[in-house]
Amino acid sequence: MAPIGTLHYLVVAAALFVIGTIGVVTRRNVVIILMSIELILNAVNLNLVAFSRLWNLNGQIFSIFVITDAAAEAAVGLGILIAFFRNKETVNVDEVDLLKW
Amino acid sequence: MTPVAPTFFFYLLSTVAVVGAILVITRKNPVHSALSLIFTLLALAGLYLMLYAPFVAGVQIILYAGGIMVLFLFVIMLVNIERSQREVQFNQQWHVGIIASLALGFLFLYVYKHGSSIFPVNPVSMPEPMNTQQVGMALFRNYLLPFEIASLLLLVAIVGAVVMAKKRI
Repeated sequence: MAPIGTLHYLVVAAALFVIGTIGVVTRRNVVIILMSIELILNAVNLNLVAFSRLWNLNGQIFSIFVITDAAAEAAVGLGILIAFFRNKETVNVDEVDLLKW
Repeated sequence: MTPVAPTFFFYLLSTVAVVGAILVITRKNPVHSALSLIFTLLALAGLYLMLYAPFVAGVQIILYAGGIMVLFLFVIMLVNIERSQREVQFNQQWHVGIIASLALGFLFLYVYKHGSSIFPVNPVSMPEPMNTQQVGMALFRNYLLPFEIASLLLLVAIVGAVVMAKKRI
């Protein structure tokens, strides 16, 4: 088998990104949509670390910042989810259409 | 220290990651999705170790698998999942969504196939025992301002989460 290069990691990251995108656009449950967003962020992190192997350490620093952002996003998103569930008694995104006309 | 049997472990870890990701978006029960997501995150931590990034791997395990997933599981316990499990899990536009996402994936593969010649062939040597020290040096010297901005972002996120989730302010 061929030795593992950067391209292998990029393909795995692309697969994770596409799976996360499919989850975001097709699922109705808000919790699973937030988990799919975490998958997308992880795919980006894998790309950053794989490229940082080729140049220098900056990709790893940036992936740490992305993890920080993911934590902040999960906290705020789940807070919004709790407020939303308290008001409408549902966790489905297509039942939240107040801003849609 | 060079990784042992990198080909085998790469394919093992990436298979675990991709299968876990597929399980995340297909399971009906959100608790099962969260557990699959934990497997994906741990496999990604292993891939970071193979890429000579032990500090990022540790942060991944502690913050993602330890912190964010506990937050997800708590919220799943708070919202009522019995009713949503009996409903349709996918929305009406799922055909269009899958087609668009697969188009995006083929775009990725096309770009990687034709653009991989610009990558440097030889990876730089990274002394693994020095990794945490080097990350700390970079984080507190060159990236000091983004570091402080990230701390401010976390403070705003904590305040925002409390404001959102509280019944009456």
